[in-house]
Amino acid sequence: MRLFATLVILGFRRWSTYRLATAAGAFTNTVFGLIKASITVGAIGAAGGTLAGYDALAGATYAWVVQALVAPVNVFQWNELALRIRDGDIAVDLARPLDPQFAYLAGFLGRAIHQFIPRGAPPLLAGALVTGLALPTTPLPYLLGLVSVVLGVSVSFASWWLVNLAAFWLIELRGLLTLHIVGMSVLSGLVIPVHWFPDRLATLAALTPFPSILQAPVDVITGRAEGTAALGVLAVQAAWLAGVLLLGRLVFARGARKLVVQGG
Amino acid sequence: MRSQTAYRRSFVSDVLGSVGIGLVEFAEVYILFANVDVLGELDFAAAALLFALANLGFSVADLLVGHADHLPVYLREGTLDAFLLRPLPVLAQLITSDVSLRRLGRVAVAVAVLVVALPLNDIDWTAGKVALLVLTPLTATAVFAALFVCAAAVQFWLVEGAEFTSSFTYGGSYAANYPASIFSLPMRLLFTFVVPAAFTAYLPVLVLLDLPGPAGTPQWLGWCAPLAAVVIWAVALTGWRAGLRHYTGTGS
Repeated sequence: MRLFATLVILGFRRWSTYRLATAAGAFTNTVFGLIKASITVGAIGAAGGTLAGYDALAGATYAWVVQALVAPVNVFQWNELALRIRDGDIAVDLARPLDPQFAYLAGFLGRAIHQFIPRGAPPLLAGALVTGLALPTTPLPYLLGLVSVVLGVSVSFASWWLVNLAAFWLIELRGLLTLHIVGMSVLSGLVIPVHWFPDRLATLAALTPFPSILQAPVDVITGRAEGTAALGVLAVQAAWLAGVLLLGRLVFARGARKLVVQGG
Repeated sequence: MRSQTAYRRSFVSDVLGSVGIGLVEFAEVYILFANVDVLGELDFAAAALLFALANLGFSVADLLVGHADHLPVYLREGTLDAFLLRPLPVLAQLITSDVSLRRLGRVAVAVAVLVVALPLNDIDWTAGKVALLVLTPLTATAVFAALFVCAAAVQFWLVEGAEFTSSFTYGGSYAANYPASIFSLPMRLLFTFVVPAAFTAYLPVLVLLDLPGPAGTPQWLGWCAPLAAVVIWAVALTGWRAGLRHYTGTGS
């Protein structure tokens, strides 16, 4: 556990070097938040005031909270592992006396912690000023929400890990990674709440871990899922996390057995 | 260019990825209209037409000059110095250095949506409207390409802050997919007169469908789209020249 904590801190420190890039990212998240909040509010207005339980304020809040979380959960890119597999550096990871999946998860969480405040606060602040936010006033949803965010970030990692492992069998992953982003961004609720999906698409989303990445934490934080419902959401997230992580371990073991690294 | 198709499986998966991005963006519009009938005075057919025109313009611009986004990498690695030595305009070299054929996938999605959406709309055709429809993808491409060049020009100062400009290139394209009438007035003016995203599709669609348009962005502006493209290109080229003059290289 102490090792894990150290790796998390190192992940944090690694990303804290890029200050201007972080500010730029937060700015972009905020601009997209403005556009998305306009779209959700516009759609809710067109639907006559409420849409699947969201009123205009809740819809705007949804858009802003998603924009605040999008950087920590890292929907857009993670190909570190794939690059290391391709150039053979993975051999170094395998030689280390710690589990690679565990170590990379720690780094991923460290990055998320670093991004949490600087990338999360500006969109929320803008949201509070521009549209107002409908957030719960009791502490419990935030505590559960924090757990849910950690689970969401971890599910995102587990899913990226699995896709990256394809590098053991394929040389160029760009297309596959893009498809992963595509699936993730629709089905996680990044663009539109999963609750708005037509039936078939909603079923498809429920069969993937993606809603656990964003929709779940947002539901818990905004108090859409409260009490036992919130615990149910957390349980679903935990189940997906365990499943996808385990699958990732099995595939990694297969890949590592097949791996031949050239060297001298 | 031919080299890009050499690794067939990679190329196919790249193109599929690009098709996927186009489909996702359209899925967003589709899901919204599964819940509502009309958004910002546009019905689904009109919104699909809007989406197709905006996306066609953006995806062609992305295909041609999207890698101008990589300028910060060239700046850091010093590749730009090689461009400066050759007797060709640097901007032309940057643009021709990598035309990404994989992005054709997204173009194909936009064209498909356009072909399906166009007959679904009840358009009162006149010669002027036909001309406008033909011209709109061209002006949209020009506008988005100019935005990419503007963004690249700013990189000479930002380098590490490259993501700032994504707000206006990708943000502009995202905003262009939706009727500008759902935005608040300041945002609508921003995405019309500062970042001319509304000119790429929304304003021409208002003209095509004979809709009056919201306050601040009346319908007749749709005819001014080519003008907007000229203005933004003037800004882009001025910015680019200033940026290049600012650039001092990183030494040997």
